[in-house]
Amino acid sequence: MRILRLAGRRLAASIPTLALILIGVFLLLQFAPGDTVDAMMAQMGGGDAATAKELRKFYGLDLSIPAQLGNYLWRLIRLDLGFSSIYGKPVASVILERLPPTILLMTASLSFAFFFGIVFGVIAARGVNKWPDTVISILGLIFYATPSFWFGLMAIVVFSIYLQWLPAGGFENIGELQTGIGRTLDIARHLVLPTLTLGLIFLAIYLRIMRASMLEVLNLDYVRTARAKGLDETRVVIRHVLRNALLPMVTLIGLQAGTMLGGSVVVESVFSLPGLGRLAYESVVQRDLNTLLGIVFVSALLVISVNFAVDLVYARLDPRISAEG
Amino acid sequence: MDAVKRYFRSPAAVTGLVLLLIVVAMALSASWFYPREPLALAGRPLIWPFSNPRFLLGTDNSGRDIAAQILYGARISLLIGGVATAIAIAIGILIGAFAGYYGGWVDNVLMRITEAFQTLPNFVLLLVLVAVFGSTLTTVTIAVGVVSWPAPARLTRAEFLSLRNREFVQAGRTLGMRDIQLILGEILPNALPPIIVYASVIMAVAILLESALAFLRLSDPNVASWGNLIGLGRDVLRVQWYVSAIPGIAILVTVLAVSLVGQGLNDALNPRLKGR
Repeated sequence: MRILRLAGRRLAASIPTLALILIGVFLLLQFAPGDTVDAMMAQMGGGDAATAKELRKFYGLDLSIPAQLGNYLWRLIRLDLGFSSIYGKPVASVILERLPPTILLMTASLSFAFFFGIVFGVIAARGVNKWPDTVISILGLIFYATPSFWFGLMAIVVFSIYLQWLPAGGFENIGELQTGIGRTLDIARHLVLPTLTLGLIFLAIYLRIMRASMLEVLNLDYVRTARAKGLDETRVVIRHVLRNALLPMVTLIGLQAGTMLGGSVVVESVFSLPGLGRLAYESVVQRDLNTLLGIVFVSALLVISVNFAVDLVYARLDPRISAEG
Repeated sequence: MDAVKRYFRSPAAVTGLVLLLIVVAMALSASWFYPREPLALAGRPLIWPFSNPRFLLGTDNSGRDIAAQILYGARISLLIGGVATAIAIAIGILIGAFAGYYGGWVDNVLMRITEAFQTLPNFVLLLVLVAVFGSTLTTVTIAVGVVSWPAPARLTRAEFLSLRNREFVQAGRTLGMRDIQLILGEILPNALPPIIVYASVIMAVAILLESALAFLRLSDPNVASWGNLIGLGRDVLRVQWYVSAIPGIAILVTVLAVSLVGQGLNDALNPRLKGR
């Protein structure tokens, strides 16, 4: 209960942050060349000034900027993100359609990076300054420095073009309509390369943090006690060290949520996945500012909810947090 | 002097420095090796690397020399990385110093703004900035700097919080020094080392951010940038994959060099934390 209240308080504190982001980006977008009506006119193949004026009046774009901002925020409270003139439907439904691939991709990459980060971090810390540690640390540095989009392209060259093991892009095979398990497997096959590509840099970060945090915990007194008790090394590591060493890793998930969402913009473009990131890119290219603003809102919301979940997990891993309040 | 000695004792740090010097040398020697405009047509398109001695690294889709673009690209990456980092550090120090020194509502307001910037994914904010202000070299550099300041701001704030009530600051205050003198003259020099070390992380990320933007063709198309070349090479990835592969290695080496130097500096300046 205490945990919930604590996390709830943090959640409430993020509402002003969200408002600040929206107001800031809304005002910023006022400086953008061209507005929704310009985009629509271009879409229609041009039109006269009178029509443009009519449309601006219809969409409330002839009002002063504070009034427009007020309107926008008021609509937002009713979960109305406005209308996308490029896609010809409400922004909310455009974003909802694009959300599942992104969430799937982020979850998969995070699990991949988290799991292998722990495994490699533990291996490196157990043999600190011996060859496994050196190899893992060097790999970590290289992964960290690899541009994700480049890694994705090279993975396509190797696995899709030369070996022809995996598809080069897309979310599923549109050619054959599949259902159930077949479709799941098909989507999984399409997500292997994007997951590796997006997860690589996070794997590098996680294994480094895991290694450092393992080294720190391994030197604590209670670990020596556990060893003195005669527990074998595997038990000491898994039961005693891992749980405490995991805390910084969990914190990192919250901190990296935004970076991961940003990374998915690039990865989705490389693998032409129909996700939120690709939508962000398309709306910049097509000057669909309403959709862009909607994406800003949804991605901030996503980051906030990931942090909320992290708070809950954190309190569960470390009982002291909820006890102290 | 001890720190310098410690730096050169670490093989990783020395490797990083050597790689960084090579990249800097590439940037400096670009116009000496290739006095012509790097984006000018030089020969037949899509010549494979090492097949024609005139074009050591081959040519791209439209017949431009890849080697020349790699050398000039080093200039762009270092320029954008360096200037964007300077911008991010400057904004970060300004915000962090005021928040940490004054505390109270100033701290509250400034940290709320920092939090807002951290909640919004920085690449999404970068897209918004490019959508609004366009993609020239100047706007992209400033935009990359503007999305990177929250981390140094938090770092500066933490340093200021721990330093603002030390004896030497109180002594300065008793002497009647003004706030701005205390901030700039007394606290900042002591808070600076960790921030300078952190600059290497920002620079590495800045180079990656710009190259990703360029790859999406949202950066300045009129300069020879590594990201631009990777984006171009994507059209011929199926057979002439080398057009994308070569500039990617250049980015990898540069980012690796910057991070190794940063890590080396960190270990040299904080010897007790080594190996962490």
